[in-house]
Amino acid sequence: MNLTLKIWRQKNHSDKGGFKEYKVTDISKDMSFLEMLDVLNEQLTEKGEDPVHFDHDCREGICGMCSLYINGNPHGPLQTTTCQLHMRSFNDGETITIEPWRAKSFPVVKDLVTDRSAFDRIIQAGGYVSVNTGGVPDANEIPITKTIADMAMDAAQCIGCGACVAACKNASAMLFTSAKVSQLALLPQGQVERKTRAEKMVAQMDAEGFGACTNTGACEAECPKGISISNIARMNREYFSAVVSSQNV
Amino acid sequence: MSWVSKTLNSTLGKKLLMALTGLFLILFLVVHLAGNLQLLISDNGESFNIYAHSMANNPLIKVVSYGNFAFILLHVIYSIILTRQNKKSRPVGYAISRPQNNSSWSSRNMGILGTILLIFILVHLRGFWYEFKFGELPTAVYEGITYKNVFVIVSEAYSNVFYVAFYVICMGFLGFHLSHGFASAFQTLGLNHTKYSPLIQKVGFGFSIIVPALFALIPLVMYIQTL
Ligand code: HEM
Ligand code: SF4
Ligand code: FES
Repeated sequence: MNLTLKIWRQKNHSDKGGFKEYKVTDISKDMSFLEMLDVLNEQLTEKGEDPVHFDHDCREGICGMCSLYINGNPHGPLQTTTCQLHMRSFNDGETITIEPWRAKSFPVVKDLVTDRSAFDRIIQAGGYVSVNTGGVPDANEIPITKTIADMAMDAAQCIGCGACVAACKNASAMLFTSAKVSQLALLPQGQVERKTRAEKMVAQMDAEGFGACTNTGACEAECPKGISISNIARMNREYFSAVVSSQNV
Repeated sequence: MSWVSKTLNSTLGKKLLMALTGLFLILFLVVHLAGNLQLLISDNGESFNIYAHSMANNPLIKVVSYGNFAFILLHVIYSIILTRQNKKSRPVGYAISRPQNNSSWSSRNMGILGTILLIFILVHLRGFWYEFKFGELPTAVYEGITYKNVFVIVSEAYSNVFYVAFYVICMGFLGFHLSHGFASAFQTLGLNHTKYSPLIQKVGFGFSIIVPALFALIPLVMYIQTL
């Protein structure tokens, strides 16, 4: 495949940045999107140009590091991570536009790399349990039904990629935060900090400057892990019941 | 900051106010529609005039109507605060964006739809509510009691094709606002459940078609009657 790439280049956070066009040739349909970018970067390196910076780590869809807003949608046309997106999802001769996640709370570091540490600070605010959970428990030792355990596991699938923020017209972090709140609120181990967690994580989410939720559902439709917006409703419940009943004045 | 103001200033708190006021306005639409449908009874406006009179003189309705004005105002103020805050959360936009792949048009344009509804509400209040309260109205006498004849004002307005068109088009926009807003309000309140959410969505879809359509039917029928 031969492709034209329109890629966002930006030297650093304060640089204005802009699009630059590149051509890549003889791309295999079986390459992942990131491998295609590797080919481009080899070309650029050979020419002595600065390679395109982009985030990635596991390249198997589990770490959440890869990002990229591809042709108008986060992680491109499929509901998957960019490392699991393959070039067979594109047509020969196509022009592909690649942009970084756009959000005030995810400032661009360089080119397509954004700083997503706002998510880390939301987790630090309350996404933990302080009870000693010990080693791996024996089966059926923890009083929880399979249904609830499954719901907690579904929420726990969130890999913190930020596609939900990137997709949302308000750059809202509700899907991410609600997945983390839900995962612990559903488990017996999460009860100790349940109220404080909901209050603190929501407060941190707001302090980071993410937008509010209009319930458009764009996050759920783009989330590579299929996190459901029912988690957002759960977080709303958790938060409202926490603020009226907790001891935190 | 007290916990109450802290909560209401959070993004979730602001949305809670939007949802509660929105749901109240939905309830109001039903009551308002039930009243308006009396315009279609062919009795030269007798039922409608008596209904309008009893509404205006019922102290409970008076309190509710002040509440209604306050809730519209709150809904509008918070919609402005939220929409502005949301815009600020993405200072640099995308060059190419295909949101149609992941969300409905109505859900992404609640601010525009709301602004059109606000203009409609203002025109509507000026044309009918203000005239009824402060205007020089003709009167009608039923069974010895004198009533303000609002029916005349309404039928005059609805004999104007532009007014009817404006009204009908605005009801279309109301339909779009509700097609997202109805179910969205429940989600905001945290009411999302495998058993009930599909029902809420269906009722919301039906509501967003039937209620605006019935509202639009009234001026259409009254206009056709003048032809
Ligand atoms: C009869 C009139 C109206 C009704 C029944 C109504 C109803 C609703 C409902 C139920 C919602 C959903 C709340 C939620 O998502 O939790 C909503 C959202 C909204 N309404 Fe209205 N509304 C009306 C008029 C207006 C007006 C006049 C404006 C503005 C000028 C407005 C602006 C908005 C906006 C911007 C939202 C979305 C807020 C967000 O989530 O970002 N609405 N409305
Ligand atoms: S909720 Fe989904 S889209 Fe958002 S950070 Fe988690 S995995 Fe990514
Ligand atoms: S690189 Fe780890 S999820 Fe894509």
